[in-house]
Amino acid sequence: MIEFTVWDIFRNLLLAARWTVVLSLIAFVGGGLVGLALLVVRLSPATWAHRWVAGYVQLFQGTPLLMQLFLAYFGIALFGINTSPWVAAAVALTLYTSAFLAEIWRGCVTAIPKGQWEAAQSLALNFGEQLQHVILPQATRIAIPPTVGFLVQVIKGTALASVIGFVELTKAGTMITNATFKPFVVYSCVALLYFALCFPISLYAKTLERRFRVKH
Amino acid sequence: MRVTFDFLAVLAQWPMLLKGVAWTLGLTVISAVIGVAVGIACAWVRSEGPAWLKAIVGTYVELIRNTPFIVQLFFIFFGLPAAGLRLSPEVASIIAMVVNLGAYATEIIRAGIEATPRGQVEAALSLALTRSQIFIRVVLPPALRKVWPALVSQIIIVMLGSAVCGQISTEELSYAANLIQSRNFRAFEAFIVATGIYLLLSVGVRRLLNWLGPRFLFGR
Repeated sequence: MIEFTVWDIFRNLLLAARWTVVLSLIAFVGGGLVGLALLVVRLSPATWAHRWVAGYVQLFQGTPLLMQLFLAYFGIALFGINTSPWVAAAVALTLYTSAFLAEIWRGCVTAIPKGQWEAAQSLALNFGEQLQHVILPQATRIAIPPTVGFLVQVIKGTALASVIGFVELTKAGTMITNATFKPFVVYSCVALLYFALCFPISLYAKTLERRFRVKH
Repeated sequence: MRVTFDFLAVLAQWPMLLKGVAWTLGLTVISAVIGVAVGIACAWVRSEGPAWLKAIVGTYVELIRNTPFIVQLFFIFFGLPAAGLRLSPEVASIIAMVVNLGAYATEIIRAGIEATPRGQVEAALSLALTRSQIFIRVVLPPALRKVWPALVSQIIIVMLGSAVCGQISTEELSYAANLIQSRNFRAFEAFIVATGIYLLLSVGVRRLLNWLGPRFLFGR
């Protein structure tokens, strides 16, 4: 039997952490794009569509991410498409992220005084131009700190993809535990790596928030 | 191609689902009560405890908030027995949920405490109240009232997070769904039903807590 040193464990976990990062980025970028589309619909004059977006957000915020992953995994397969954990995890996490980002950003847009909308309207800008030139540039500045903060939630969320067989940091931890019978060391290392990923982002989000508050 | 759904096959297993709901709610109630108590204690330490204790609590909060719940759960359930502490899945789940909620509750409640005007504490001091009396009777109730919505949201996040506890064979709702789908191979339907129940639970628990809080926890 091969003896695993702590360094072997750590090195293998580090290699698996790449996939945590990749999946996080896919979910964050994809979720950002879908979230932006949801935001535009939510702000559009079509009031009937607002309910639809609110329902979407409620659906993803009110159910466990684990169930969403299972549904994506079994749901895509149902339509005869041969799914991999990759596709299922990317789809589920993208939708999950989009719901949260749409809600965070909506809060930021709500914080823009109503007068700004009215001023933009009085300049005869249409809805798209109002958003593009007046509202979104201001809302973006408010939105950056909470958005960066939410990235931490996304990274932590990717850990659940291990349950549907996606080999990232947590799954690698389970596999290495099964090979080494050293759960205490392995899961300590796993937690440490997540912490090393998330803590700097948390700190950065806090700094951004403070800097923003000083300015206003 | 045609996809046929058979929800009845899942709903026929309602006793299992009901048991799962009971476990999910039970885990949530226990961990919410203890977790908020931990949060209040840690928030007190962070606002007026000794410096060394502040450092410990600060480390605890940051460690928990920057690692995934599933890793915390696995560490407690698989990791701690190696260090000599053997736990049942249910106890491990409750400990993990308490530890997790405690860290977030600390930050939430601390924000409420910091928002309490200094003058109120000074007024209480001038009435010769002791430090613990001031904290429990003057600072805490308005602080809790201010942050109650955030606290309720966090409790619901922990409840939804408890779906992961099925992975260490705690028999909560997601475990029940997994068990049902392993018996009748209706995976999609089983998880749709479980997801629907979770949605109802999160809406119901939010309403209940928003109603309970003002009446029993911090007065109106």
